[in-house]
Amino acid sequence: MLALQSYLTLAAIVFAIGVMGIIINRKNIIILLMCIELLLLAVNFNFIAFSYFNQDITGQIFVFFILTVAAAEAAIGLAILVVLYRNKDSIDVQELQTLRE
Amino acid sequence: MYELSLIALITPLASGLLAGLIGSKINKSFTHWITTLGIFISFSISCWILVEVFLNPSLFLNQNIYEWMSIAGFNFKAGILIDHLTVSMMAVVTFISLMVHIYSIGYMHDDPGYHRFFCYISLFTFAMLLLVMSNNLLQLFFGWEGVGLMSYLLIGFWYKKESAIQANFKAFIVNRVGDMGLLLGIAVIFSIIGSLDYETIFNSSTELVKAKISITNGYSVSAITLACLLLFFGAMGKSAQMPLHVWLPDSMEGPTPISALIHAATMVTAGVYMVARMSPLFELSSVALSVVLIVGATTALCAGLLGIVMCDIKRIIAYSTISQLGYMMVAAGVSAYSASVFHLMTHAFFKSLLFLAAGSVIIALHHEQDIRKMGGLKQYMPITYLAALIGSLSLIGFPGFAGFFSKDALIEAVAHSSTVGSEFAYYCVLIGVFVTALYTFRFLFMVFHGQSRFKGREKIKESSWVILIPLILLSIPSILIAWPTFGVLVFGDFFSDSIRQISSYELFGFEYQSPLSFLIHSFSGPVIYLSVIGIFAAWVGYIKKPELPYKISNQFTTIHRVLVNKFYFDHFYENVIAKNTAKLGSVFWKFGDIKIIDDFLVNGTAIRIQKLSTITKRMQTGYIYHYALMMVIGLSLLLAWVIIKS
Repeated sequence: MLALQSYLTLAAIVFAIGVMGIIINRKNIIILLMCIELLLLAVNFNFIAFSYFNQDITGQIFVFFILTVAAAEAAIGLAILVVLYRNKDSIDVQELQTLRE
Repeated sequence: MYELSLIALITPLASGLLAGLIGSKINKSFTHWITTLGIFISFSISCWILVEVFLNPSLFLNQNIYEWMSIAGFNFKAGILIDHLTVSMMAVVTFISLMVHIYSIGYMHDDPGYHRFFCYISLFTFAMLLLVMSNNLLQLFFGWEGVGLMSYLLIGFWYKKESAIQANFKAFIVNRVGDMGLLLGIAVIFSIIGSLDYETIFNSSTELVKAKISITNGYSVSAITLACLLLFFGAMGKSAQMPLHVWLPDSMEGPTPISALIHAATMVTAGVYMVARMSPLFELSSVALSVVLIVGATTALCAGLLGIVMCDIKRIIAYSTISQLGYMMVAAGVSAYSASVFHLMTHAFFKSLLFLAAGSVIIALHHEQDIRKMGGLKQYMPITYLAALIGSLSLIGFPGFAGFFSKDALIEAVAHSSTVGSEFAYYCVLIGVFVTALYTFRFLFMVFHGQSRFKGREKIKESSWVILIPLILLSIPSILIAWPTFGVLVFGDFFSDSIRQISSYELFGFEYQSPLSFLIHSFSGPVIYLSVIGIFAAWVGYIKKPELPYKISNQFTTIHRVLVNKFYFDHFYENVIAKNTAKLGSVFWKFGDIKIIDDFLVNGTAIRIQKLSTITKRMQTGYIYHYALMMVIGLSLLLAWVIIKS
């Protein structure tokens, strides 16, 4: 049986990868979306770990909700992506600079 | 009596507003009836109160109408004070105002600004009554500014005339200079006593004597002296004392009834009234009294000298007014306040009479004001001539006329005074008597006697009755007013409830018995003979040998030039004060306004923000991952801070 720390470390690593993915990524918006998914998964890891070690079912119920929301979010994100591609002919992050103006 | 005096105060305001607001929509007769009625009511009440006061001398009213504002424990109230001084002033003001209202019906008949004119003079009367009926300095100041405003509006009544606009501007500015003094004087009194009510001020005047006000480090003056000098400075502006007299001759640009009402009888005497009203304070400062005396005496003489060389009929009388105001100030300076106020009253009658007579001449000659183009009018306008003669005789102090009693009494007081400067003042007023007689009869002879020097002789006719009636009504008090009132007002203790009075024996140096004995007594003094010599000189110079004045003026060209240029006061103000003020203003404008405020503060701020933002906007790359990085850094810092803190 692994200790709680191992789970939390894994979650932290996944979260860090997600954050770094968002910051370092210079190419594709799809990768950005995937990184956001990673962040959510890291959070889910924490929920499940604490739920298990504390013998409390609430955390696991929360994870279901988060998964649902993440699916919905991914769907909306991809839809926006499609529209963006139609308008700009590109999904390159480097070219999305309109916030500047 | 409270209600009655309130009505006397309010009716001119109400009628003036009615005439001004709806008069032009109805017709001319409504306007002059409503305003004249308003003044008549006010006049009747004033007379009634005056009679009451004569019958019951202990009558006195000091009541606040309402509280205007209350700040930090200081209460500012509007109130009415009815004492003997107020009642006398009310009667004089409303009487002259009534006469001028009637006169104006004729004089202003064809003027397009008929309604405006009547509105203004009624409002003026209201402001003047407010000034004299006030029981505190604040309300006095309010009335003071009110009459100043009305004077401004009426001098510039013919607002399409360039010179009238210049004149009212000048009057307003010069009066501002004086008013600043008055306001500062009130402030000094308020800062030490903490109240503006006359009663409180007079009761605690010892505090003013004790208090010192430091002007610079190590140098301080007594508060009472400072307050009195500042108050007198205000009076100098309003009462046209040298060197703040320059506005009064120019104010003759206004219609003649205005000159009679405002610039001869009432408003310009407000300064004298104020000094008399503040007499308990002035009595405590010998320095202030000497200043009043010397300024008054200088004005009395110098303005009289200028009257000799003027050629405009109204300006002669205007300089005469300044000179007579100087006499009143002289009387106040030697503590003969009752004589000062009495001269104020007689002067109000005979000077407004003279002005209205001059107005009658001006209108008969179709607005010709140059006395060199008049002459021989006696046969065309006998009643006007008679009125002008009575006014002139009263002005020069011909024995038996009202002006004689008032002027002689005040000269007696100067002669027996020991105030510093009283000897100088005595010689000034004595020469002034001669000068007064000279310029008055020069005016009278050049206008009414000798050869006619105008064109269109057959068209000249006597003015209409509406103009002549006020002349006749004003002639009566100009001759007779002194006989019943002189003893009571000047030598009696009539004013003792409002003016600080010294016993008359101490003041005048002889025991008064009756007007007749005073008249006989005066023959032992030089005054009467001086005025007779003055008349004789005028007769020689302007009837017997008309070429003589030209010879004299050619002989003494320098003196003549100085006089014609009015002692260069106007030049000085225009070329030194006005020009340098304009220069100073242009420095402030170019450096202070354009450089500092515009370029540095207003536009400078905008430019600096623009520069700063060109630097900071580089931070806004627009890349999502930059914002995300910033968010992460911010979040980490926040978390770190929370952890360290706990």
